Amino acid sequence: MNPDAVIRAELLRKNYGDVAAVDGISFEVPPGESFGLLGPNGAGKSTTMKMIGGVSQRSSGKLTIMGLDPDVNGPEVRAHLGVVPQQDNLDEELKVRENLIVYGRYFGLPLSYLRPKADELLEFAQLTDKAKSRVDALSGGMKRRLTIARSLINEPKILLLDEPTTGLDPQARHILWDRLFRLKEQGVTLILTTHYMDEAEQLCDRLIVVDKGHIMAEGSPASLIREHSTREVLELRFGSERNATIGAELQGVGERLETLPDRVLIYADDGEAALEQVSARGLRPLTSLVRRSSLEDVFLRLTGRSLVD
Amino acid sequence: MTSGTDNQLPAAAAALRAHPPAVSAARARRWGSFFYAEQVLRVMRGYFWSFIMYSIAQPAAYLFAMGVGLATLVDANGAAAFGGVSYLEFIAPALIVSAAVMTASGEFSYPIMDGFKWRRVFYGPHASPLVPQQIAAGHVIAVTLKFLVQSVAYFVIVALFGGSPGAWGWMSALVATVAGLSFGLPLMAYASSITKDSGQFALVQRFIVVPLFLFSGTFFPLDSLPVAVRWIGWISPVWHGTELGRVFTYGMEENPVLTVVHVAYLLAAAAAGWILTRRQFVKRMGQ
Repeated sequence: MNPDAVIRAELLRKNYGDVAAVDGISFEVPPGESFGLLGPNGAGKSTTMKMIGGVSQRSSGKLTIMGLDPDVNGPEVRAHLGVVPQQDNLDEELKVRENLIVYGRYFGLPLSYLRPKADELLEFAQLTDKAKSRVDALSGGMKRRLTIARSLINEPKILLLDEPTTGLDPQARHILWDRLFRLKEQGVTLILTTHYMDEAEQLCDRLIVVDKGHIMAEGSPASLIREHSTREVLELRFGSERNATIGAELQGVGERLETLPDRVLIYADDGEAALEQVSARGLRPLTSLVRRSSLEDVFLRLTGRSLVD
Repeated sequence: MTSGTDNQLPAAAAALRAHPPAVSAARARRWGSFFYAEQVLRVMRGYFWSFIMYSIAQPAAYLFAMGVGLATLVDANGAAAFGGVSYLEFIAPALIVSAAVMTASGEFSYPIMDGFKWRRVFYGPHASPLVPQQIAAGHVIAVTLKFLVQSVAYFVIVALFGGSPGAWGWMSALVATVAGLSFGLPLMAYASSITKDSGQFALVQRFIVVPLFLFSGTFFPLDSLPVAVRWIGWISPVWHGTELGRVFTYGMEENPVLTVVHVAYLLAAAAAGWILTRRQFVKRMGQ
């Protein structure tokens, strides 16, 4: 047990009726860490975030945030946090800057602090020239940045981000990542859910992969790749008719083989060498690609490829 | 970076420190409802001019049409039916109360649905140190202020038209505020329990608000209605508020027990509505 942990969950569980949305998970987050929760839809990520955020009561288990129980000391726990929810819930009828000020008032912060702080955060979120615009005039990316700025109004030491970049275009995502990375450099503890693997690799020091309310794996992105995948992946396409049948002829190449409708994946530490073995067997794929193994390979291996709605 | 900026930055940074989380939590526990009321009032400020127009133009139009136009006809044909006062004096307290109840039907319906479902504005403060019951209370505080301003404005216009001869007439603005809450809080409880909008509020408007407006002794005394429909008045905050208003504006003679019943009914309906609203907010936001 880490005595410094800012968040500590032990056998945390949340039931909705007979269904266990979160089924006895345990983890700790030390201060300043960027901690990710990865999982398919319905895995229990958002429910876990709501319990950490002190807005949803747990069914059983233990949970402390900064040493406080959110079910008992809800306002005290939430006073430590900044929260970026999955769905924006800005005050659309208020101006951009006013959104920040109003939110700061919920923390009892005085206007003498809030006015300059709002300007500072607008600068940080690259929204200074939109300060007097109404929120409904902002693009999706701008709204997201404003939501992040709003979550920082009380200078939280812990920031909860529930799918912060879902629905954003690549430019907007990269700006957001940059801002989040700066916060991390300032020592803010980031708790992040996402189903973008590149986002998790970019931002998370450590993560847990959650599925059906359970933790499937835990570690840094690099260690998870080492543990659950090979260094490289060879992707071969033989045409959708042949992919399935050719799988048998590829047995023994690489460490593991996965046949999908549109391509065949060969997991190997040396992708080029694997490709040479394929050629040596007289097989001529339509296209071939050697790439590094990614968190996505780990994720799909742990949580399966079937669609979750 | 200029040296001037260099000099200013540390000072500015030192000044800009949020107070510790424990202070935020303590302030929120104590004042949270008012913090949220401030948000609602800031949103209302965006509609300031339409509110002012509504608060002045609507009373003036009603009083002119009913209190001057219709009253000429009514007063000429049977002033005795209205307890010896002019028709304007008779309907003025009813109009003040009805206006508050109309405002209540707007402020305690769609904005609640908006907070929970459409734009989910209640969930922003929910992640802050505020608790659900403070979010509900903040909304109620802000709307109560709106009732009060609107009712005082209405009363002033009534007084200018000569519709409030008694010295206690200004109390009718307070009565209207309480009547607005006694109708509005049960509506807020209902609105906060709705998860799917299928036109319920339009039904409330047509089948509850309008009948209450018409059959609550607003334009004619309740006992001139057949007994079979008088119950609409008895359960209506509009009737209880109107009768109480009449006691204050022109000293309508009434059994004191009945006066106490009006006060008790209005307060009890508001209190019951508040208890249910509070419970519904806590339940819905704590899931």
